[in-house]
Amino acid sequence: MGGVAPLLQLDDLHVHYGAIWALKGINLTVGEGEIVSLIGANGAGKSTTLRAISGVVTASSGRICFHEEDITKVPAHDIVKKGIAQVPEGRRVFANLSVLENLEMGAYIRRDTKGIKQDLEDVLDRFPRLRERIGQVAGTLSGGEQQMLAIGRALMTRPKLMLLDEPSMGLAPLLVKEIFSIIEEINREGTTILLVEQNARMALQIADRAYVLETGRIVLDGPAKELARQEEVKKAYLGG
Amino acid sequence: MILKKYSTSITICLALALFFTIVQLGISGGLISGYWVTNLYLMGINIILAASLNLINGFTGEFSLGHAGFMAVGAFTGGIVTANLGLPFPLAVAAGMLAAAIAGVIVGLPTLRLRGDYLAIATLGFGEIVRVVLMNIDYVGGASGLMGIPEVVSWPVIFISVVLSLLLIRNFICSSHGRACLAVRENDVAAQMMGVNITYYKVLAFVIGAALAGLAGVLYAHYYSIIQPKEFSFMLTFDVLVMVMVGGLGSLTGSVVGAVLLTIASAFLQAIPELRMVLYAVLLIAAAVFRPQGLFGEKEVTLQTFKRWGGVFSGLAGHKQAD
Repeated sequence: MGGVAPLLQLDDLHVHYGAIWALKGINLTVGEGEIVSLIGANGAGKSTTLRAISGVVTASSGRICFHEEDITKVPAHDIVKKGIAQVPEGRRVFANLSVLENLEMGAYIRRDTKGIKQDLEDVLDRFPRLRERIGQVAGTLSGGEQQMLAIGRALMTRPKLMLLDEPSMGLAPLLVKEIFSIIEEINREGTTILLVEQNARMALQIADRAYVLETGRIVLDGPAKELARQEEVKKAYLGG
Repeated sequence: MILKKYSTSITICLALALFFTIVQLGISGGLISGYWVTNLYLMGINIILAASLNLINGFTGEFSLGHAGFMAVGAFTGGIVTANLGLPFPLAVAAGMLAAAIAGVIVGLPTLRLRGDYLAIATLGFGEIVRVVLMNIDYVGGASGLMGIPEVVSWPVIFISVVLSLLLIRNFICSSHGRACLAVRENDVAAQMMGVNITYYKVLAFVIGAALAGLAGVLYAHYYSIIQPKEFSFMLTFDVLVMVMVGGLGSLTGSVVGAVLLTIASAFLQAIPELRMVLYAVLLIAAAVFRPQGLFGEKEVTLQTFKRWGGVFSGLAGHKQAD
């Protein structure tokens, strides 16, 4: 990215959950327009990293900069106004609200009625299945549809950076492919993506760069294609 | 054009005015007995209590058991304003609601960090504290209660209070604030990620609910003229909770219907007060088993509902004619 400041930058980020030291000094950058993947085993600290960025957990030390602005101490409900949207682990759709109401909730911080309407149409064009189920209560959707809804809801905030936490979790392989091609499409249209995935194979396939986390530290990083070829990565995360 | 645009509001206003007049004529004409007039006023007070508790418990999903406490704060503040200070009733309403709202902020800010059971216990504790504290203040009569409160509550006062309270809650729920509260109830982490300040909305709903409970308290005090701290025990909160649960958590219509039904039931059970709470408990269990979502679930009955029903009926009539 020579010279240009990255969109998102984490400097020596530490996070504690009580006595548990979850992140032990994470340094990470995401450049504008990139797809960056965080991979690693359970408990490595991938989700915690995302939660720290979105302000749901607070960093015990270190800095998070977005657009060269320090957002470390910004509360979660103000992070989205900066242009960061999160698609949380386990989707977390509003189960008793309709698909439309869920998407409208995504535009909660916005006041531009026209833009909201346009974005709603775009989301429904992108996910025709959500259009079919527009009046249906979100809790009755299938896992894949809920994931689409969670992504659609995040898109409604019109983010510059989208954080995705395990979008493939619990989905059939075919659906995983679909979700990942949607993520690539969203990225092509100008949204930067930071992706956390257990499914390292898929994550490395679509990413520009990737970081490998182990017990709260980054142990490897580099262009995704190169990482995918490395023996240790293959052994640990790609099944030989 | 203008008529068409406001046709719904006009219809509702006309229906309300008609209802108000009929009941007013019934009262002044002596068609409604004194006993049922009392129950009618209680019904109104209960509707305000149930709807405001529903705003907290049903729409925002915070399980509060402090309603009797807020009602007591409103009742005694209002009573002090009129009985002790000799000021007019509207001031008592304002002071009672304000005091209850302030109590709501004081209780809400620390306790709304708690979830589920813990919040229920904390708010329950608040209600008991209010009751015991009031019992030990001689200025408000101690355990024997505050006396000599002017009996200014009449049918118009009750009617207007109920309509305004319901209007306030309805407008709140239908606004973006209401959506924010629903999102908090559905999933507070996701709501936060959408930009909802969850603490603010939890406290806001709590404060509005508390202020309206305070209003109900002021009305109660100015109808009965004597209020005793022991009336505002946990049993009162439980009464209101049953109304909300039977009507449906998250349905304003449900709260109104629940309050009306249970006030009537309780009026008939006056002869056997020992069994009243037993029957209430049975009712709550039956509701939980057979219709856990309450009579209305989260649905509302609006003018559109009646129009739909009207359509079905006229459709049926049309078929009969065709046969």
